[in-house]
Amino acid sequence: MAEPVLATHGLSKAFGALQASDGISIDLRPGEIHAIIGPNGAGKSTLIAQICGALAPDAGRVEFLGRDVTRESTEARAARGLARTFQTSALAMEDTVLQNALLGALGASGRPWRFFARADRDASLRARAEAALEAVGLADLAELRTAELSHGQRRQLEVAVALTLAPKAFVMDEPMAGLGQEGSKRLTGFLDGLRAQAPILLVEHDMDAVFALADRISVLVYGKVIATGSVEEIRRDPQVRDAYLGEEA
Amino acid sequence: MSRESWLNTALLLALVAVPGWALWADEPFTITLATRAVIFALAAVGLNIALGMGGLVSLGHAVFFGIGGYAMGILASHAQTYTALMEWPFVIEGTKSMPVIWLVAVAASSCAALVIGLLSLRTSGVYFIMITLAFGQMMYFFAISWPAYGGEDGLSIYVRNGFPGLNTLVPIQFYGICLVWLCIALLLYARLMRSPFGLALNAARQVPARVRAVGLDPRRLQLVALVISGGITGLAGALFADLNRFVSPSMLSWQMSGEIMVFVIIGGVARLFGPVAGAGFYVLLEHLLGGVSEFWQIFLGLFLLAVVLFGKGGLVGMIAGRRGNG
Repeated sequence: MAEPVLATHGLSKAFGALQASDGISIDLRPGEIHAIIGPNGAGKSTLIAQICGALAPDAGRVEFLGRDVTRESTEARAARGLARTFQTSALAMEDTVLQNALLGALGASGRPWRFFARADRDASLRARAEAALEAVGLADLAELRTAELSHGQRRQLEVAVALTLAPKAFVMDEPMAGLGQEGSKRLTGFLDGLRAQAPILLVEHDMDAVFALADRISVLVYGKVIATGSVEEIRRDPQVRDAYLGEEA
Repeated sequence: MSRESWLNTALLLALVAVPGWALWADEPFTITLATRAVIFALAAVGLNIALGMGGLVSLGHAVFFGIGGYAMGILASHAQTYTALMEWPFVIEGTKSMPVIWLVAVAASSCAALVIGLLSLRTSGVYFIMITLAFGQMMYFFAISWPAYGGEDGLSIYVRNGFPGLNTLVPIQFYGICLVWLCIALLLYARLMRSPFGLALNAARQVPARVRAVGLDPRRLQLVALVISGGITGLAGALFADLNRFVSPSMLSWQMSGEIMVFVIIGGVARLFGPVAGAGFYVLLEHLLGGVSEFWQIFLGLFLLAVVLFGKGGLVGMIAGRRGNG
């Protein structure tokens, strides 16, 4: 078995009496899509916040590329190649679509301390940004203000910015949120191809997408991973059916 | 050319035409008024970098303005009395040379911005406003209680400081110096806005979480913005003290901070020529209405209210419409 790209070991976090993460140990292996599912309030967002560095765990470790990054800042982890997308689009709404992509490319270059050059005339930044927009199908809208994009297009841009980082792993927080069936299908097709570039830790509510994409699924309930396995194993697991999937699955 | 470019060109032309006319008509007071407007505009361009680009609502920019002013006052007063500023461990003499004074003013106010930024950028929102205000008040009362440099009465300088090759006591020549500085600052602002740094800073204002997620530290970007901002406002302070040949703690007061912010807001936050329009409008109103009533600021307040309620882009926004990108 290949070394995991990203792993958590016994991650725990409590907010007062609420145990949001309770000894979570999961890993993300090269080339896979590992989906995290669970009911509302299961602690999925808290888990992502700890993996990405927005929240410090009470106990446990986060390992990325074989290195303990538990105490590193969000930006340090991003610089190592951990790219995330946000549940609600976090984009610079006043800026153009291209400028948002350029920001990602600028972050990846690690050289923001240039005060006189023009960002949009920097060939390497631009190439990276445009390639990412092209990949998600937003190239034609590059000069549009981000505020003018539809919800679905913003979700695409969210993914494009992550792409500009050329990351070693993606962490995606409900990328399908609010997308219609059509948009959801398109993004599913796109993410399917993306796993070849870097593995994806996917938190998602859209079960069709999860069952279509995931190599492995972990089920999170009340801050605990109650099961990890292939799509089939999870579908059959009686505990999971009980806690989450219900009879429909 | 966009409407904003036309407006900017018109404002720039006015900055040349008005003093030009005043010179021809022999109205030196108008030149002094224009100089005042240009210096205020320079201070406001400085604030616009922190406020407009960085989203840092600093109510302490009078600190930088005042430090610039005192840099001039202290250096010039020592030169005036032929006493050394410092004798141990090495001798520092005062000076009447503008370039040296500018250098000291920019360095001192940038350093102050660095220290204030390091401490205040741990907070945001209302707390940031309060901390910058607190630093302002600290400096203000420090200046009042420091008798060596005039304390509450301030410092008077008898002769305006010199610039090689110019007679700075001729109003139009001093105006020229100030205008050149304003143009340099505007050029810097325009370049910054489109630079990689500006791109990241603009994003840090709107979505700090995103900036972190791409591997950049929004607070470091804002700190650098504050240092640049403080330096420019400090330079304006040195020029303002030279214009009046006088510096007093009032340059450090929170009212001064408020005025600089009013220039930016009335003119248009994050608009290149917003500070110019705002400062020009303020000085004009002060001159026209100040003669009618000493409560002229009531009208300024009404206008500010109108700008905040109905036109967020300030004067520039009202005339030129919404801001374009890039």
